[in-house]
Amino acid sequence: MSLRDGPLNELRPPLAWLAVAALVLAGIVSLALFVNDHRGSPLDGVRGRFDGVAGAVGGVVSAPVHWVGDGAAAVGAYVDAGGQNGRLRAQLAQARQLEAQVEALREENGRLRALLQVKTDPPLPMVGARTVLDARGPFADTRLADIGSDAGVLEGNPALNEHGLVGRVVSVSPHVSRIMLLTDIESRIPVLIARTNGRAILTGDGGPAPTLDYLRTHDPVRPGDRILTSGDGGVIPRGLPVGVAVRSQDGWRVALDTDAGSIDLVRILLFRDFSQVVGPNALQPGALPSTSTDAPTPPASPAATAATAAAAAAHPAPKGQ
Amino acid sequence: MPAGVIQPLNPLTWLGAPALACAAGSLLLTLPVEIAGVGLPQPVLAMIPAFAWAVIRPSLLAPFVLILLGLFQDMLWGGRLGLWPSALLAAYAMGVAARPLLAGQGFWTHWGWYLAALGAGFGVAVALTFFTAGQAPDPGGLAIQVIATAAVFWPAWRLIETYEDADVRFK
Repeated sequence: MSLRDGPLNELRPPLAWLAVAALVLAGIVSLALFVNDHRGSPLDGVRGRFDGVAGAVGGVVSAPVHWVGDGAAAVGAYVDAGGQNGRLRAQLAQARQLEAQVEALREENGRLRALLQVKTDPPLPMVGARTVLDARGPFADTRLADIGSDAGVLEGNPALNEHGLVGRVVSVSPHVSRIMLLTDIESRIPVLIARTNGRAILTGDGGPAPTLDYLRTHDPVRPGDRILTSGDGGVIPRGLPVGVAVRSQDGWRVALDTDAGSIDLVRILLFRDFSQVVGPNALQPGALPSTSTDAPTPPASPAATAATAAAAAAHPAPKGQ
Repeated sequence: MPAGVIQPLNPLTWLGAPALACAAGSLLLTLPVEIAGVGLPQPVLAMIPAFAWAVIRPSLLAPFVLILLGLFQDMLWGGRLGLWPSALLAAYAMGVAARPLLAGQGFWTHWGWYLAALGAGFGVAVALTFFTAGQAPDPGGLAIQVIATAAVFWPAWRLIETYEDADVRFK
């Protein structure tokens, strides 16, 4: 008797229908999750704990990547050294490996020096970080940095590399923070055009060059105009370099300054609000008008005042009163 | 094994192991590796089991394992929770629909339907992203990710070949 003729064959229709029902139920659960998830939702705690674990794992796993990157040039040099005898080859490889390491360290040192020279006006406190995980693609463009709330990082803090603004922090856990890059499809940053002081919103779309949306005033931008953060909204300080305006088929886009280098080392601005820039007292209002709702006493008219004075002169009060 | 006894698929081997492999692979692909200053493309590896599980046999567990895999992907990439579970389930549904047509077919037919499943999955992802961000993702970046995901079909084929005859109730 074949298996198809056996009694278990009768189980097929119910199991198949149950599987379809499970698929429909799973779809409903997924869509419900999607609709209810947003920044600030109770799921942020889960996300933060996941980032903490992923950051730790990523830090460990990405270390060999850096080592391999440093040693790749040395290995290539070793392969090219054919024809030498074994001892000289080994010495050459060792020397080149050291050279590659020195070169890598020199390059990293140069970048760190450049990063240290990144200053804001007025100066704001910053912390340095290395990115350990890297989500690239049309649906998400984020980096996980190995520094978190224990170093004072807050949600919304801007992140820069030595070339300009990279993005902003969207979630923080004690030891790691997630940076949403300017190119992420959900990124929106208020910017200004340096030449005209025109305002716009820099909108990421998952591609390499975000768009300039909501441009105000007529013809405010030309190709090559510098784009800076505007500070509008108070989340990011004004004047951080973003990029250069370029015209595309679908409007204006921005060639980002950060395209000039990788985003493995970043500095996070510990920017809370503008009281850091001008001092908290400057934001306090001065003398405010009274909020009393009592009817004010009407001021005496000049004519009435003169009549009162004349009456007083005509009927002086007796002495001694 | 005596004749006539059906050996059911062990969920740990046909669901658990591929899911763990996908999660590990996705984690490795998020390492900050750049070649000549360009990051490597990131395929959505979870599309592999999403299609293969649908073709192997109907399952009660598979959709919920896909939800877990999708949530892992969402949290790893820092996206909105629910985006990739929905996309993976759309690809899975396409695989379930194509299952009767795929019996006895070869590699290229399966790959063609895998592309259709990718179309369904990425279509749902684009639609949901449009719903929240108000715009569609960059076509160039989308094309790169779809092509990268289409290029990693071979593990799905291996998974299908390994398990498609394991449960004859659904042949």
